[in-house]
Amino acid sequence: MTARRGRTAAARAGQYLALLGYLLFLLLPFLWLLSTAFKPPRELGSIDPTWIPHEPTLANFRATFDEQPLLRSAANSLAAAAGAAVLAVVVATPMAYVLARFRTRMARAATGWVVVSQAFPLVLVIIPLFLLLKAVHLVDSLGGLTLVYLVWSLPFALWMLTGYVRAVPAELEEAAAVDGAGRVRTLVSVTAPLLMPGIVATALFAFITAWNEFFFALVLLKSPEKQTMPVVLTHFLGAEGVADLGPLAAAALLATLPGLVLFAVIQRRITGGMLAGAVKH
Amino acid sequence: MRRRTFLGAAASLGVAAAPVLAGCSGGGKASGSRRPLRFQSLAWQAESVRANKALVAEWNRLHPRSPVEYVQGAWPTVHDQLLTAFEGGEAPDIIHDASDDLADFAYGGHLADLTGLLPDRLTADIPEHSWRTGTFGGRVYGVPFLQEPRVLIANRKLLRAASGVRVPTPEDPWSWEEFRAAAKELSREGGGGGDRDGRRDRDTDGNGRRYGVAWPLKEPVSATLNLALSTGGRLFHRRADGRAEIRFDAADQVVPRTVHDQVNVDGSAARTTLGMGGSDTLPGFFAGRYAMVPLGFSYRQQIVQQAPEGFAWTVLPAPTGSAHAQGVSPQTLSIAADCPRKEEAMAFVAFLLRPANMVRLALGDWMLPTGTAALRDPRLRVRKYGWATGTALAGTLHAAPAQSVRGYPEWKDKIATPGLQEYYSGAIGLAELRGRLVEDGNLVLARYQR
Repeated sequence: MTARRGRTAAARAGQYLALLGYLLFLLLPFLWLLSTAFKPPRELGSIDPTWIPHEPTLANFRATFDEQPLLRSAANSLAAAAGAAVLAVVVATPMAYVLARFRTRMARAATGWVVVSQAFPLVLVIIPLFLLLKAVHLVDSLGGLTLVYLVWSLPFALWMLTGYVRAVPAELEEAAAVDGAGRVRTLVSVTAPLLMPGIVATALFAFITAWNEFFFALVLLKSPEKQTMPVVLTHFLGAEGVADLGPLAAAALLATLPGLVLFAVIQRRITGGMLAGAVKH
Repeated sequence: MRRRTFLGAAASLGVAAAPVLAGCSGGGKASGSRRPLRFQSLAWQAESVRANKALVAEWNRLHPRSPVEYVQGAWPTVHDQLLTAFEGGEAPDIIHDASDDLADFAYGGHLADLTGLLPDRLTADIPEHSWRTGTFGGRVYGVPFLQEPRVLIANRKLLRAASGVRVPTPEDPWSWEEFRAAAKELSREGGGGGDRDGRRDRDTDGNGRRYGVAWPLKEPVSATLNLALSTGGRLFHRRADGRAEIRFDAADQVVPRTVHDQVNVDGSAARTTLGMGGSDTLPGFFAGRYAMVPLGFSYRQQIVQQAPEGFAWTVLPAPTGSAHAQGVSPQTLSIAADCPRKEEAMAFVAFLLRPANMVRLALGDWMLPTGTAALRDPRLRVRKYGWATGTALAGTLHAAPAQSVRGYPEWKDKIATPGLQEYYSGAIGLAELRGRLVEDGNLVLARYQR
């Protein structure tokens, strides 16, 4: 009995160690970015780089804001990403419900198409998409970009949400119906609250995808005042991989913050949502 | 029927939503006003961006009826971005790029022929060999304005301490043999703990080894081809029928063989830097692990910013052979074929490239101007930071032979880059490299020349 308990403790310690190692693996690039963002140029050129800058400076942040319209680009990214996230859940939720609850041949085909669509490379669609958007005057428009992000994230959002809907027991809806609730009342009062973690997780996925997206924004937006953050980050790069490393690190650090903050704020809901999506009935 | 109605409704929704979404752009200019010409610049260093923006502002102040809007582009993405913009008919009016990126756009009809638009002053100011870099099929598609020779940045202390090494000058540069000998002389085997004066220093790697040279050859093709011009190597040759073909003759082999032997025979070049970019080698250079680093002229700015206090460095000309030349792909200014006001666009280009303005742009980018008048500016002829050495090399810079050849980018990416990387690391020999560059390479070119 004692030996068994010892084995269990050792296994648990091993798990924690593995988890710690994984966390460190994930954290290291971020910590390095943090460190680089506060280093003066001479420390960036040191053969013995240190984690903690000897003479930490805010000069890189000042240079970042002086040289590039970072705040404006962040606002543009935020508008496009938030718009895409909201639209994605608004559009995908009812569709996911239909796909999950009505298992017709059409629904199966739609699910298959969703999976296949994930394999399309961007370069395959960019020129037709550009021409299409130009025809409806949506090139160089944050609205057009938001629409593209919505379409791009929709298949995966739909796939995610379908899983979450399936995790909600149909018996609950049947019970509500027996109690006299109509279809809309059942969806609003019973299904939607149970789906909320999944909806939040899906919105977050759509937000992060759009926030980090680079190629569409590069090609579709021409006016400097509409450029998004990932596009502005490339302005710190020269030909053949040369970079203004300090300001680039400072800008990249600022670009990662909204995602981190968002995760921190709603991570409980996401965890709940993911677990709910993982349960099979 | 119900389904058709649903699809129809969805389509109607899309059409109805379009104007609403278009309204989000906020980009509609007041009808009747002339839209500014868009100038997409690839300036990226703070000083350079400032110089470009100041010149645009100056132009707009002087020419309120022909405004120009500054648009920031980026080097790593310019090709894809322009390609899509050209295909969609939404390209910037005035385009900043590099001459080796122009061939496909020029032959594809996306760029305006500038031949009849160029003012005489500008035509006369830029030398013929520079014009060749922006000329395709006998027509001028890009005005070359900034260029960058490859130079040797050397640790002055180590160079001075090596008594058997002659310090080269632009008038009397090293031959490739001298360079190889100097790199050997500047190298130091492992095990030693101090320098020639017996002091322990950091001029070595962890094993006490110092290399004469560090070749940052993450992208080996343009460096190899441009330096090969110094020995008369061209690699790309035009046949009588105008078609390009690849040859890898003795003259083409001098530079690759030197690098290969420095790494694999002499041990005077660091193997680890072969996979690095130029910036990656700087910390080791500052620490004295490498005595010399062949870099683009503009890297001096990074060295000035990052070098430790008291670090003494100097700019030396790249080694030369019989031809005393070096290939370059200058930065260029072009006008889009779709630009509605090409004369105005050219007037702006001519303004930007007035000698005094060209000097401002050159200083901002730490590069050399192509214009002869700008090159005479005293600020570009000071010894500080090696400006004088670079300016003295300007006359030796010529169009890289490969840049006007269609199919070169594919040959570069698919054949030459992996081939040269393997050869430099010692994985394959010269015969294997030759087979790949020439036989596989000519197959690639053939597809573009049918």
